[in-house]
Amino acid sequence: MALTGLILVLFVIGHLIGNLQIFAEPEVINQYAHFLHSLGPLLWLVRAFLLITVILHVWMAVLLVIENRKARPQGYEGEHTHRASYASRTMQYIGIIVLAFILFHLAHFTLRVTHPEYEQLRYVLQEGAYQGTEVLDVHAMMVMGFQKPLVSLFYIFAVGLLAFHLRHGFGSIFQTLGLRNKYWAGTIEKTTITFAVAYFLLNAAIPLSVMSGVVDNENVNSIGESAEVLTLPEDASSESTE
Amino acid sequence: MNVTLKVWRQKNADEAGYFETLEARNLNPDMSFLEMLDVVNNELEADNKMPVAFDHDCREGICGTCSLTINGQPHGPGEGVASCQVYMRSFKDGDTITIEPFRAKPFPVIRDLVVDRTAFDKIIQSGGFVTVRTGSAPDANAIPIPKETADLAMDAAACIGCGACVAACKNASAMLFVAAKASQLNMLPQGKAEKDTRVLKMVATMDEAGFGNCTNQYECSAACPKLISEDFIGQMNRDYLFASLRQKFLRRKKNA
Ligand code: HEM
Ligand code: SF4
Ligand code: FES
Repeated sequence: MALTGLILVLFVIGHLIGNLQIFAEPEVINQYAHFLHSLGPLLWLVRAFLLITVILHVWMAVLLVIENRKARPQGYEGEHTHRASYASRTMQYIGIIVLAFILFHLAHFTLRVTHPEYEQLRYVLQEGAYQGTEVLDVHAMMVMGFQKPLVSLFYIFAVGLLAFHLRHGFGSIFQTLGLRNKYWAGTIEKTTITFAVAYFLLNAAIPLSVMSGVVDNENVNSIGESAEVLTLPEDASSESTE
Repeated sequence: MNVTLKVWRQKNADEAGYFETLEARNLNPDMSFLEMLDVVNNELEADNKMPVAFDHDCREGICGTCSLTINGQPHGPGEGVASCQVYMRSFKDGDTITIEPFRAKPFPVIRDLVVDRTAFDKIIQSGGFVTVRTGSAPDANAIPIPKETADLAMDAAACIGCGACVAACKNASAMLFVAAKASQLNMLPQGKAEKDTRVLKMVATMDEAGFGNCTNQYECSAACPKLISEDFIGQMNRDYLFASLRQKFLRRKKNA
């Protein structure tokens, strides 16, 4: 639990830093995305590793919950909680919702099956070794995705839940690995809360900035129009079910 | 004062239990909770009814025998007290009080509020000891131990083996008990010889008994009558990690 959780925490931190590049000009995040894609087999290796990590994490969580339920077949009439945080008591429920979000998120931005029109967003790199290469305009794709209020709200809700999951999980790692004692307990607890709040705010800032127009993209405004004419009707219906 | 009791009655581990409502009348607020049960039982016996079975011995918080869950709280209200140290003045006149046994799969009910905690004995037998040479007693202070270490080992050794940590844990995990019993010896030079096998075997025995897994919520230490710290669980996790690594890579025999 702790080892897979630690890997996932490190990944979500890296992923957040990558995503925050949306606040720079489109060149920056498109260069970054192209760099990742140019890794080729290595990228697939990392993706496979992460997928296995998520599967293991969920599998362990399922075993954990089953074993723990078995250990107390008869519950208490007067259920009492001394100090277990709400986050710690909802790990498995929040975890399942986060899992559903991860699947949607992969379909949305990584595989782009929900929005094939994203492929029409192209960008020609201006600088560096890949100058002149035409790539998928990741910046425009994110802006276009988050310009839809329902999608944005869903993302904000989901990162909120993930932050809540980590409000227990982050600090829990230290205890499980034997790195916590009374001298460090306070620092770990404060770091955990700071991390969860900062993680939520920084993630939520991305869709919020797009919706409020702070982050915009020219490509979306020109090409995006023709793309939306083509796909708007089914698009609207698919979102209402999410 | 008068209170209404909702008491768990169960004939044995195989029969289903149920709650029985009993009235406890004319109590002195300075009576202990167990004395209140004595009063109730006297009345039941006078009526030719089966008294409520509950565990107790020292009645001064040192033996770890008493084991009541009072209003969902193992050992009832108050910090750092055993069931026998709970007094009726902690309740209000007219209160309804729910009394249940410590609930966990490895603690089967023997009768009413009495549970079988043999699983704890098995854990101790598997590693909660040190080997000593027989013969005359060693000199006091022959082995120097830093005061801080001795104090910490004493903190762990304060565990009275009551099982409230298991009862309070959302997952019925026995980690606090096992951590206290393993750490108290693992920290001291006398316990060094069996350090690795101790932690590996005690944890294995704990798992076999069917206790749940720790999810780091620290309900255990909040309910513990001796306020054993969850720090010892962190320490045991660390000892366990290193012991497993040493066993894997140094190819030590499992039962050495
Ligand atoms: C990418 C997202 C996720 C991250 C970063 C993450 C991270 C963590 C971390 C760090 C822990 C604490 C490990 C420990 O207690 O030592 C944890 C525990 C847990 N996670 Fe996740 N997790 C994620 C997704 C999920 C999902 C999808 C589930 C689905 C069921 C889930 C269910 C659980 C459960 C049940 C626990 C154990 C609770 C406990 O030990 O108190 N997590 N997670
Ligand atoms: S750790 Fe505390 S609650 Fe658990 S058995 Fe020992 S004294 Fe009882
Ligand atoms: S009866 Fe001995 S500790 Fe309560």
